[in-house]
Amino acid sequence: MSARRIFSRPARFAAIAPYVWMVLFFLVPFAFVAKISLSQTAIAQPPYTPVFSLAGGWSSLSDAFAALSPDNFRLLLSDDLYLSSYLRSVVVALTSTAILLLIGYPIAYGMARLPRRWQGIAMMLVIIPFWTSFLIRIYAWVNILQHDGLLNQILLALHLVSTPVVWLSTDSAMYVGIVYSYLPFMILPLFATLTKLEPALEEAAADLGASPREIFWLVTFPLSLPGVGAGSLLCFIPIVGEFVIPDLLAGSKSLMIGQTLWLEFFTNKDWPVASSIAVVLLVVLLLPLLLYDRLQRRQLEESR
Amino acid sequence: MADDIATPEPAAEPTPSPEPRPDPQPPILRIENVVKTFGSFRAVDGVSLDIRAGEFFALLGPSGCGKTTLLRMLAGFETPDEGRILLSGEDIAQVLPHERPVNMMFQNYALFPHLNVRDNIAFGLRRAGMPRAEITTRVAEMVALVRLEGLEKRKPDQLSGGQKQRVALARSLARRPQVLLLDEPMAALDKKLRESTQFELMELQRRLGMTFIIVTHDQEEAMTVASRIGVMKAGKLEQVAVPRRLYEEPASRWVAQFVGDINLFEGEVTAREPHRLRVSTASAGELVAAQPVAPIDESKVAVAIRPEKIRLALRRPAGDAAAINCVEGIISDTSYLGGKTVYKIRLDGGAAIHAAQANTARLDADGYGLNQRVVAWFTPDDCVVLER
Repeated sequence: MSARRIFSRPARFAAIAPYVWMVLFFLVPFAFVAKISLSQTAIAQPPYTPVFSLAGGWSSLSDAFAALSPDNFRLLLSDDLYLSSYLRSVVVALTSTAILLLIGYPIAYGMARLPRRWQGIAMMLVIIPFWTSFLIRIYAWVNILQHDGLLNQILLALHLVSTPVVWLSTDSAMYVGIVYSYLPFMILPLFATLTKLEPALEEAAADLGASPREIFWLVTFPLSLPGVGAGSLLCFIPIVGEFVIPDLLAGSKSLMIGQTLWLEFFTNKDWPVASSIAVVLLVVLLLPLLLYDRLQRRQLEESR
Repeated sequence: MADDIATPEPAAEPTPSPEPRPDPQPPILRIENVVKTFGSFRAVDGVSLDIRAGEFFALLGPSGCGKTTLLRMLAGFETPDEGRILLSGEDIAQVLPHERPVNMMFQNYALFPHLNVRDNIAFGLRRAGMPRAEITTRVAEMVALVRLEGLEKRKPDQLSGGQKQRVALARSLARRPQVLLLDEPMAALDKKLRESTQFELMELQRRLGMTFIIVTHDQEEAMTVASRIGVMKAGKLEQVAVPRRLYEEPASRWVAQFVGDINLFEGEVTAREPHRLRVSTASAGELVAAQPVAPIDESKVAVAIRPEKIRLALRRPAGDAAAINCVEGIISDTSYLGGKTVYKIRLDGGAAIHAAQANTARLDADGYGLNQRVVAWFTPDDCVVLER
């Protein structure tokens, strides 16, 4: 009897559900975006040519295919604006991820060491901010950081500064917003890895003469690396494409790629360029994922 | 609790136990009135114990008896609330685990999953700041000792249960601790492997001359490996003795029942003779037992007899033997176990007893069948009188 029989029909369907989801809501839309990225902008509805039309028959479809060109991608390479936006996005994402790791790790570590009945409460506290809309929380930061905001009022009241400090529309404000918003995404995977860690491992290290510092760096940290990887990716990837936080909190001197994309799409109404930005962004984001995957696979093979 | 050093040798013991003589030197490990409480629960409740250098000592007890807590205090993972722990005469109760000359082999081995066999074994040596060349030699030595040659580069999850166990042993021995603590080291192995590992462990301990303290809930394992056993119950040491004494002269009813199988006849002392006690029991009439090692003042006692010390026959034996400790009953159950057969006998008095007969001949010459009427008897010397 085949082992598959143990799954009933609905259960087997459930196994392919994620693939159906991926095809419907990722691959198909991505195909649309990829096609638009190879089109040319036009004053029309929709605002690009060529448009695939099934009504015109095979000849019009093949004409449309022939009209596709990678011109938009050439533009992305030739204009500094795009390159510097990508670069800034990656730098901001890397810096933010590093800060998130530095803040999130000790919090997750402390949570994992709480008695079990307190862990649930600690987890609630981490998740609770999600109950308020993301946009409202960022606007709250605008309020706190603005010229006559809460932060400046406190600093003035404590006589730490004599005139209000400019917080809003600076990179610092943007980093505060990003770190604040993404902290739970860093803490939760780290917490999950750290709680699974067998306490006997740390005891064994202590028994073999490791000081508390050595226990952390030689046992706890290396074994929490999967959590570090997951948390970092979970933060890095969306931060690269972040639009709202830099738009509301950072200055307008240099743009992140999400902002550039928004400008192309809504202000310039250039859908093809906006689409090609999105396609390149996806490739940029896939690279670290593939690298990470390959690294893990190599480690597995080495240990064999 | 009864310390076997303190109690005098019994006068009428047929074969003296191979008792280690008290050492004139102080013990390597002295545990003095150690108490450990968790909340209101007294996990270890006033334990005192001396362990001599080179001993293979077993802490035996059911789960929750405090044996693991005691071991963890020796390793430094728990601090005693009261009492002292002296290692080579030095109080180590407050010394941190990583500063103790004691190593522990953990129950589930606690091997570092990210390090290979070599690095797992070298972990403790590197922490001790041993020169690189010396580490290489010592690791090779340890790998050879536990016969893991060729597996040095493997990660723990690429090893079998038995191999993991060997790595854990090698890792805990690498620093040459004064005392090696073993927390249920064979619990995860299957029966056959466990038995062969027990003998290897004993051989290793003899060869290294190191002091081993093992915690186990398996009395057979404790009897096999240990030169001396401490039986724990509810945080207290019930008895400390060599395996033979533990079995043949249990200090309490609880020890008698925990270590091996035993038949108990409740009764009252009717007469005290120089070497004998006469006990009147409800289930087996009058029984005669040898005077216990530690005199019993109580009149309410239990006469205990191990199943293999009961003799069976179809008819009452002739002569003197028939006069005492002879009961009759019907075989209600038999279990053939290969080396021996255990008979469950329902006595005429109502009680049920177990009698074990060694199967010394291949052909079933003297087996008994179900519902057969048999006579069971035993000598006074084979009885142990216990307080109720």
